[in-house]
This record gives sequence, C-alpha cells and structure tokens, in this order.
Amino acid sequence: MKAYVLRRLWQSALTLVGVSVLVFVILRVVPGDPAKMLLPDGAPQSAVDELNRQLGLHEPLHVQYAIFVRSVFRGDFGQSFQYRAPALRVVVDRLGATVQLALAALVITVGVGVSLGVVAAVRRGTGYDYASTVLAVLGQSLPNFWLGIMLILLFGVALRWLPTSGFESWRHLILPAVTLAAFPMALVARLTRSSMLEILGRDFIRTGRAKGLAERAVILRHALRNAAVPLLTVLGLQIGTLLGGAVITESVFAWPGMGKLVVDAIFFRDFPVVQTVLILSATIFVLINLLVDLLYTVIDPRIRYS
Amino acid sequence: MSAPAAALAAPRVGRLSPPALVGGVLLALVVLASVLAPLLASSDPVKPSFSRRLAPPWGLGGTPAHVLGTDNLGRDILARLLHGGRLSLALAAVSVLIAAVVGIVVGLVAGSAGERLDGLLMRAADVQLAFPVIMLAIAIVAVVGTSPGALVGVLALSGWVLYARTVRASVLTIRRLEYVEAAYTLGASDLRIIARHILPNTIAPILVLGSSQFATMVLLESGLSFLGMGIQAPRPSWGLMLAEGRDYLSNAWWLATIPGIAISLVVLGANLLGDGLRDLLDPRR
Repeated sequence: MKAYVLRRLWQSALTLVGVSVLVFVILRVVPGDPAKMLLPDGAPQSAVDELNRQLGLHEPLHVQYAIFVRSVFRGDFGQSFQYRAPALRVVVDRLGATVQLALAALVITVGVGVSLGVVAAVRRGTGYDYASTVLAVLGQSLPNFWLGIMLILLFGVALRWLPTSGFESWRHLILPAVTLAAFPMALVARLTRSSMLEILGRDFIRTGRAKGLAERAVILRHALRNAAVPLLTVLGLQIGTLLGGAVITESVFAWPGMGKLVVDAIFFRDFPVVQTVLILSATIFVLINLLVDLLYTVIDPRIRYS
Repeated sequence: MSAPAAALAAPRVGRLSPPALVGGVLLALVVLASVLAPLLASSDPVKPSFSRRLAPPWGLGGTPAHVLGTDNLGRDILARLLHGGRLSLALAAVSVLIAAVVGIVVGLVAGSAGERLDGLLMRAADVQLAFPVIMLAIAIVAVVGTSPGALVGVLALSGWVLYARTVRASVLTIRRLEYVEAAYTLGASDLRIIARHILPNTIAPILVLGSSQFATMVLLESGLSFLGMGIQAPRPSWGLMLAEGRDYLSNAWWLATIPGIAISLVVLGANLLGDGLRDLLDPRR
C-alpha cells in the first residue's frame, strides 16, 4: 500500500517533468526564435536581446531548460503582453470561471449519466434502456460546439428562455454546463449501464435479493457501490475532456474562463499565457488522477496494493 | 479482451449488429458523397455571389438550384459541404493512419524491448495524455502555423497513445503464450515472432480503435477549424462553416445547423461502427 502510493507519486512527478519538457520543446525549441515570439510585435531589439539573455538562449539546450524550469517553479511564467501583467496571475484570475463551469458540468455528468445508466441496466431491454442508449450515443456524436450553438438557437434565439452568453448569474451557467457535460455524461451513462449489468448478474446480488433486501437497497447500496470504482477512473480521466471541452464551450458562450483566454491569447500571439495554461491544465490533470488512484483504496477496501 | 480471441473472432465481421451496419452505411455514404464532390456539386464552393446571399434551403422558401440554401457570401451550401467533407475526412483518415502506424511501432518496441525503454515510452504516453488534446493542438498550431500538414501532424500526435498501449498489452500477453515460447525455442527471430504471431493478433483491436478514432479526429479537426485554428477561409471546412454561421443565427439558422448535422452523421456512423466491431470482437459478449 505504502509502496503503491510512493510509486504513484514518483510516476506523477515524472509525468510532470515530461510535461515541462514537452512545453519547453513546443514553445522554446520549435519556434527557432522564441524571444521574438514571447515579446509583442515591434518590440525594440534591445528588449529582444534582454529576453534572450534572461532565457539563456545563447546557452546549450539543457541549460535553457534548467532556466525554464527554475522560472516555472518561482511562478514566473513571463509577462502577458495582452494584459501587461504576470501571465500566471492573468490565468489564475480566469481559473475560477472554468472551475465553476467544469464543476457544474461534472454534477450533470454524474447526476444524469449515472441515473441514465442505472435505469437502463435495471430496466434492460425496455423503452427506458433504448432511450438512454440513444441519448448516450447522441451525446458522444454531437460536436459540442454545434450542440452549444443549437442550444443557443433553441433556448436563446427562438424561445428566449435563457441568456446565451456572459457570466452574470446561475442562469448563464445552464447552457454552457449542459454543452460541456454532454460528452462525458454519455460516456458515464454507457459505462454505468455495462458495469451495473455485469454486477447485477453476480451471486452476491442474488443472495441480497434472496434474503429479502428491498430492490432499492440491492441496486443502490450493493450494485452501484461496486460499479463506482471503474466510474471513478473514467471520471478522473474526463477531467481532461472537461478542460479541453471548456476551450470550445467557453468560446461559444463567451464564458470568461481559461479556455476562452487561451483561444484569445493565440490570436494575440500571447505565448506566455499559452504556456501557463498548458502547464497549469496538465498539472491539474495529473494531480486529480493521482488523487483518484489514491481514493480507490478508500472506496474499495479490497484493493490493497502490495 | 485477449488479443488471440479477438483474432479468432475476426472472420465474423460479416455479422455486424443492425446499429453497426447503419453506422457503416452512413459513413460509407458520406465518404462516397465527399469523394464524388466535384461531380455532385454543380456550384463553385469558394466563389462568392452576392446577388444570392442567404437563400434558405429548398422547401423552406428556397429554390432547387440551391438545395441546402446559400451562405452569407452567396455560396452554395451543398457544394461547400461536399468539398469541405473531402478535406475533413481526408485529414482525419490520414491522421488515423499515421497515429496507428506510430502507435503500433511504439507498442511493439515497448512490449518487446527491455523494462527501461518500456517505462520511458509509457511515461511519454502519460505525458501526452496529461494535456487536453485541443490545448496541445492549439499551442502547436500557434507555433508552426495552420497548414494541412501541421493539422495532420497535430491530430496524429494526439492519437498514437491508444494504439501503443493496446499493442503493448497484446505483446505482453502473447509473448507468454506457449506456442510463441515454442517458436522462440525453435530459434525464431524477434522480427519473425512479431510479424507472424503478434501483429496478426492485434489487428482486430486496432480496427476497433481506428474506427472510433476516426470519429474523434473529425471532431477535433472541425473543432480546431471552428476556433479558426484549422483549415483557413476561403477553403470550405465543416467547422469553419459552422463558425461563419454563428453570426447569422437569428436570420439564417441553416448556416450553422447544416454543417453540424454533417459532422454529427459522420461521427455517429464511425461510433456505431466502432461499437459494433467491439461487441463483435469481444468474446465475453
């Protein structure tokens, strides 16, 4: 158990090192002249030279990488030239909106996805099952940028029930959250259905029923709890889907989060911000999945990693 | 699913479930329509014609000359849809192929080479998975530009991990099977074992992956084009058409609606086909 925790910590640390190497390669090695890229257009040559010196661009690559990592650890991701402020602060300012959107989407994903999956499994072969399967297949096939636009068209333009952009009240959150949740919700519904079906066929479920447990207790306490472990893994991996999906969803709904920030940053060629968002989102992903793996041992006492 | 069992199941591909057949036919139809685009589309997909801007589809106030209506520059939407499909589907197909080849090679190497190289390659896979694909794609496209070549590279880069992991797992399982150990004992070379025993056993799961990944690639490419980081105007692309249609939601809803339906149909087709193949090849079902 302790060895497992240590191994996962070590692996996560290695992954984060890899993340920093990849970002370094994409933004420092590939462009050829990164100092020009990291400064606004028309910056004076003296500024370019100064940044070249700071980044150590005349040094060999491994020294440049060391300088890069040291500045990342100090929280110095460079200056956003679009906002004229430290890039890290610009990104962290927007993180809240993305977290809010992602959490709302996560609630929908789990709430609706698990319910659909459980109902489909318990009522296997009925209309409920087919309806939930169709919903799940659609959720995985409709592109979220299109789904978002269609929701705007229906609820914003035609019915005028909900606001279609902005960040003022909980009503602004509904359409983006539904859009972002569609894909992971579908995945969770399908996974819940198949693992519930497998578990409902096991002996201990029959024993539970035979000893007169209420069907509700059998399904919720015994079957669903066993289905929770694979679900948790998938949910951890879906953090990536949510962060990535936020890029598009936030752009469609003008939601002022990290995703919209990075898209805008590209058009302003604000690379310090791009670099910060990349590192931050990968770090969030790695840490959450580490947490999920460690949570297993709590949820499922049978799992004891030796 | 154990790979040898999957290979045994491969000849049953003819017995696809009805939804999978529907998916396959759907996909085939869209591919065919895109391939035949120059024959099917009578209008120029790129040349603007301001006199016939924003014509609604036929049957909704439009004319049979423009079955799906025209866009904000008076271009025939059907023509743009067909030509856009050509580009989107070709990009997706090439990316899936490259991702599969790279992934298979990495998987074979990781599964056959020593523990250290294996560890290194699998950590590389973890790193790749740590980034939301679209963010990584955006960063790369921002640095290297939006040429179709760069797009294929970005898409392929996002896809190799799945193949590598699948092939690696197959290699590790198959290497321990008795007949493979027997072949080793008889003096078969590593290459021969890979070519004769391991690769044929991984074909089935790779087909399944490829089919579902085609859907992902189409979504990713149209997503990037939607954000303005994929195929550039005036070239027709489904994602780009959708983005252009956003500004006309209140007076010309079909601009954004129609390309989205096209994307959805392709993705739906590939997903249904992929699911069907998986069910067919999974011996547990």
